[in-house]
Amino acid sequence: MSRQLQGLGEEAGGGVRGRARSGSPGTGDRSGRRPSRKQAPKAQGAPGKRGAPPGRKERAGGSPRPGSPRSKQAERRRPREELRKPERSTAERTSEGRRKRDGRASFKEQRAPPKKEKEMPRKEEMWKPLKKHRSSSLASSTSVGESLSEEELAQILEQVEDKKKLIATMRNKPWPMAKKLTELREAQEFVEKYEGALGKGKGKRLYACKMLMAKKWVKFKRDFHNFKTQCIPWEMKIKDIESHFGSSVASYFIFLRWMYGVNLVLFGLIFGLIIIPEVLMGTPYGSIPRKTVPRAEEEKAMDFSVLWDFEGYIKYSPLFYGYYNNQRTIGWLRYRLPMAYFMVGVSVFGYSLMIVIRSMASNTQGSTSEGESDNFTFSFKMFTSWDYLIGNSETADNKYASITTSFKESIVDEQESNKEENIHLTRFLRVLANFLIICCLCGSGYLIYFVVKRSQEFSKRQNVSWYERNEVEIVMSLLGMFCPPLFETIAALENYHPRIGLKWQLGRIFALFLGNLYTFLLALMDDVHLKLSNEETIKNLTHWTLFNYYNSSGWNESVPRPPLHPADVPRGLCWETAVGIEFMRLTVSDMLVTYITILVGDFLRACFVRFMNYCWCWDLEAGFPSYAEFDISGNVLGLIFNQGMIWMGSFYAPGLVGINVLRLLTSMYFQCWAVMSSNVPHERVFKASRSNNFYMGLLLLVLFLSLLPVAYTIMSLPPSFDCGPFSGKNRMYDVIQETIENDFPTFLGKIFAFLANPGLIIPAILLMSLAIYYLNSVSKSLSRANAQLRKKIQALRELEKNHKSVKGRATARGSEDTAKGSPQNATQLQLTKEGATPHSASQSQTLDKKTQGAGTSSSASETMLPASQHLPVSRPPDVRPDSGRGRPHTHPWKSASGKSAGRPPH
Amino acid sequence: MEKPSLGRGQPTASGHAASLQFPGCPGSRDFPDAPYRIPPKVAPATACGRAHRRFCELLPQEHRSVEESLQIRVSLEQILSLPELKANPFKERICRVFSTSPTRDSLSFEDFLDLLSVFSDTATPDIKSHYAFRIFDFDDDGTLNRDDLSQLVNCLTGEGEDTRLSASEMKQLIDNILEESDIDRDGTINLSEFQHVISRSPDFASSFKIVL
Repeated sequence: MSRQLQGLGEEAGGGVRGRARSGSPGTGDRSGRRPSRKQAPKAQGAPGKRGAPPGRKERAGGSPRPGSPRSKQAERRRPREELRKPERSTAERTSEGRRKRDGRASFKEQRAPPKKEKEMPRKEEMWKPLKKHRSSSLASSTSVGESLSEEELAQILEQVEDKKKLIATMRNKPWPMAKKLTELREAQEFVEKYEGALGKGKGKRLYACKMLMAKKWVKFKRDFHNFKTQCIPWEMKIKDIESHFGSSVASYFIFLRWMYGVNLVLFGLIFGLIIIPEVLMGTPYGSIPRKTVPRAEEEKAMDFSVLWDFEGYIKYSPLFYGYYNNQRTIGWLRYRLPMAYFMVGVSVFGYSLMIVIRSMASNTQGSTSEGESDNFTFSFKMFTSWDYLIGNSETADNKYASITTSFKESIVDEQESNKEENIHLTRFLRVLANFLIICCLCGSGYLIYFVVKRSQEFSKRQNVSWYERNEVEIVMSLLGMFCPPLFETIAALENYHPRIGLKWQLGRIFALFLGNLYTFLLALMDDVHLKLSNEETIKNLTHWTLFNYYNSSGWNESVPRPPLHPADVPRGLCWETAVGIEFMRLTVSDMLVTYITILVGDFLRACFVRFMNYCWCWDLEAGFPSYAEFDISGNVLGLIFNQGMIWMGSFYAPGLVGINVLRLLTSMYFQCWAVMSSNVPHERVFKASRSNNFYMGLLLLVLFLSLLPVAYTIMSLPPSFDCGPFSGKNRMYDVIQETIENDFPTFLGKIFAFLANPGLIIPAILLMSLAIYYLNSVSKSLSRANAQLRKKIQALRELEKNHKSVKGRATARGSEDTAKGSPQNATQLQLTKEGATPHSASQSQTLDKKTQGAGTSSSASETMLPASQHLPVSRPPDVRPDSGRGRPHTHPWKSASGKSAGRPPH
Repeated sequence: MEKPSLGRGQPTASGHAASLQFPGCPGSRDFPDAPYRIPPKVAPATACGRAHRRFCELLPQEHRSVEESLQIRVSLEQILSLPELKANPFKERICRVFSTSPTRDSLSFEDFLDLLSVFSDTATPDIKSHYAFRIFDFDDDGTLNRDDLSQLVNCLTGEGEDTRLSASEMKQLIDNILEESDIDRDGTINLSEFQHVISRSPDFASSFKIVL
């Protein structure tokens, strides 16, 4: 529709032009043209007073109007005119363009009334002042400076920019789709036409080309964006869960997906830079002792029970640290594997730190003002508590209940915030609960320490049972399974608000996991030290064996002995591989326990409840066992600690990340299925909100805590003498020094040595801590200033409130007085009043309207016009009230349709 | 009114609006020359196609062609039966706000797209809060007065008798809300006051969305 209308608009513009030309036959005669412009409005004003007559419209609609052909036609027409009147200046041409535009603008106004009757009457009206203002400003400038081509050019340019901005911000306008469409098309046509017209000759073609490319580019970008959103894995699964369980459960899955992405990157790093080069270019299996299964283990090395414990062939594979050779370079690429191993170990931590901190930062940027949230507790509960994603009636019922409870709670809180019943009992119970929980934590820590110690005893014995071998993992998993519910039971004593209770619970589970992990690490460290102390004797033994082998008598001296088979060489215990194996086992057992818990605790329980309900004494679904809820905090913490183990273990077991990627992948599918099949929505549905950052903070803490032991072992323990890429070195980081000495020019080595000087490092650390102190104090003072400003604003607001009621009455009386004073003022006041008072249902644009009505004086004088328009037509033009503005009357119906159409004259 | 009929993928298509086909929609093969044009960035093409498919499912079998589905209106009851809206206490308000028909009781495909674009992830918080205001404004008078607020509370607390608030609780609640957000003290909350409050809410934008 807009196209036809625009065609009409242009025709109208052309009509104006034609008349204007006929009115001034002398080309370039400026004085002759001026009166002609005054004739034009009269000619057109008559039919246009109240919208276009239907006849005109049909004629316009009949004219074919494809997109650019018409503009081409217009272009073609222009040269013809130029031929006829070669002396016409560019200024004239642009003014003509402007007039054409005026015609369009006026037509826009003209179009408004029929639309108004059709749909959204209030909205249409709302936008009129804006349009009116735009066209009038243009018009006024024409009459003042017709010769100023640059000015007009600039004005058109400005309008083009306006339209472009409109196109860009179309999404942010609260219009219905139909209006968006028409507005968009209009703006686009305008931009296309006039932007092209601004360029001349070749520039125009270039411009068209550019526009075409831009269009293509936009389309490509959109397609690419679509493609990208389609590529997000599990998006639909997560949305499905989101709609059933609300956003909090979905936030766990989003976190899981994020974790999977991070692990994929780590996996790529480790596999691409360590494992694959080693497999492709390193010496093959069986060539040297560290890559060979020892003779004693050989016959059992392929048994599944051995492999399941990551012994046998798996232990002597690139999945573990011990397999790697200490050759400086491998293969024809001269790949420096030990160096790469070290750097990848460092960059795994570097990348993880960076990505965690970055996502934390991006999370905090979203939340602008945490402090202000307590100002609006009720309003937030009221306006933002409904989760629109909920599509399940059961969840919706829970949500209703939780909203009601929160309303009631907050009302009660407001009414009696300081009421405490028997504070002594509560305090006693809380202390008791904390005491019990600390006992639990200590007990679990001791249990783990005891078990790890025992497992070291077992490892010395020859034949140990399956349970004895896996005791540590089993005990740790069981503790992780049974302690959280125990804590929850104890926490019932405390009688905290559930939100605070949840935080305590999270903190306690965190402490439990952390304590367990660190006890495990300490016990492991004991083991490592034991192995290190044994290393010297084994080293001697190895040397002795080799020496004996080569120097033994009994062999023919003339023939050199074949080298000793690698499987027969006695070798050290390789504590690094042992640590790696421990982490590997822990990860696998953790995974299995998680899956079994889900299967038994959720799925079988759900099956039992579902099917036994038919023949049971009480209602199983509503009563005791019922269905399981999805335990968000436990799952998130489990995920976080699992990731901590991966970070700790990945240096000593490069294959660990691969296993973890598999684990995350399977648990994504498995948990999605389990949630949808056997869990019920939470009884108290709470929103995910920004607790994401809380999880991220935990993750960062765990990352840091898992960095510590790895850094300690790298920095202060000597590597094993006969396994791993750093064997034979005093410390693992010596590999960097070696690389610098051998592969870089000497001056670089000197620079590095200089940089590593404690005399430089200590000042650098000092400087950094000073910088942290400074930045911290700056941020503190800024936040203090922020708080003060907020207080000031609040005080001002209070003041304003008090004033307003008094002042409002006063101004009302005052305005009445001025209204009596002058009739013109009265009209204005009345109009501005109308602009300020919201129309019955124009809630959408009240604000815009206010600014339009009161903000610009020009629009106020514009709106004055309709009142004067209804005066007798015979009135001489020089007494018009708006003569000061030099208003062009090419389209007097514009204002008529603007206000007086909706409001009868008085 | 003549429909702008443009060939598929003609570069002369004016503006940045792309002509778009609905690949998954039944009947789109029959009308290769009747593309539907949507403004860019209102919704991505695939999402639009999905929306149209969902919209088609609401229509009777004989009206499912592209041409007809763009013209026809779907009644309120059918829209309300969508599983995404079924559990929503504001479903009727949502439909009324987005409906452009004079009686405000039916949605055309454009209205439906409007609805989805406002409730999509990509809509700006301003747009979302604007429409939230209109949804909460039960009597369509441009402000949230006490009646609107009490109706809103009733929507949020559900149908059940046990979850309803008593009159005194309701009064207390509404007093508190007005105390917090009615900046100019006129006894009602207008759009700017509403947006002032909403813009400070950390999780409004994440919960004010509907996914097809």
